[in-house]
Amino acid sequence: MAQQSALADIRGEGEPKPDSAVVRDALGVGVAVGLSGFAFGVTSAGSGLGLLQTCALSLLVFTGASQFALVGALAAGGNPLTAAAGAFFLGVRNAFYGLRLSQVLALPRAVRPLAAQWVIDETTAVTLAQPTRHAARIGFTVTGLSLYVLWNLTTLLGALGAKAVGDTDAWGLDAAGPAVFLALLAPMLKGTTERAVAALAVLLGLGLLPVLPAGVPVLVAALAAPAALFVSGRRSGRTRDNAPEDAR
Amino acid sequence: MNTWIAVGATALGCYAVKLAGLLVPVGVLERPLVRRLAALLPVALLAALTAQQTFADGHALVLDARAAGLGAAAVALVLRAPFLVVVGVAVLVTAGLRSLTG
Repeated sequence: MAQQSALADIRGEGEPKPDSAVVRDALGVGVAVGLSGFAFGVTSAGSGLGLLQTCALSLLVFTGASQFALVGALAAGGNPLTAAAGAFFLGVRNAFYGLRLSQVLALPRAVRPLAAQWVIDETTAVTLAQPTRHAARIGFTVTGLSLYVLWNLTTLLGALGAKAVGDTDAWGLDAAGPAVFLALLAPMLKGTTERAVAALAVLLGLGLLPVLPAGVPVLVAALAAPAALFVSGRRSGRTRDNAPEDAR
Repeated sequence: MNTWIAVGATALGCYAVKLAGLLVPVGVLERPLVRRLAALLPVALLAALTAQQTFADGHALVLDARAAGLGAAAVALVLRAPFLVVVGVAVLVTAGLRSLTG
């Protein structure tokens, strides 16, 4: 990632790209993902949250994976703070996006508290793909604005729709949440470490489900990440020492 | 009330980490170990959440129509379908199987 951010810095002086092309790319992402707020609205209402609570989540939390995680944990009967902890840990990645974005966008300090709400997966992806700072700023603003407006609008429609539909499970809408997670997870499973972490987390998450209070197994499963880092750290340490038993 | 506590805590926490990323000096988060951990944490959480929301019914593990829906979503992902299609396929297959099996 250090190399990538160096690359982004270099590209800050790169070939200019027409503003219209940046806007088109940004709108493509903003509209496509913004529409999936509908799935969140339906899932949230189906999980027993009220219309106001559902809309408050999209307006104030505005990071999809955390929102889905929270309503899922609450629906499973989790303690509110345990449920919030799981959603919070999922949101931690946005801090690292913000770090990259603040280098690329060079935002004035006064704008940062406003821009912060839009620091999510999609805006980061679009912004970091732009060749110049000017294009990056347009990309960030257009993606953030279109996604924020649509995500909140479709959340409202989804929540209203779920009330009209009644039994959301009969419509298979309880499969929307895990499908969203899977779609977010899939591109992250590039390396062996990532796959090992995912496999261990699945085992912990399912294995501990019958014995621990709702919401807690997910937090324990998160320990798969430091565990994998510890193991891979030891392994690379041993490779450096050329330990003969390190056949793998 | 409990739900509002969860909503408020999540909103505050998630906004705080977003803002922190824009405000903190580069050096603090740029340590390799911290970066690796931040990249792996969502992998672990998303994997556990996917599995639980597919196979959990309260404290019990079950195999129902959701598993078929997720399998279909996985196929859609392998075929590089767009985000909305992946979610839509999961919902349709789950609903379809439920309507067939009653």
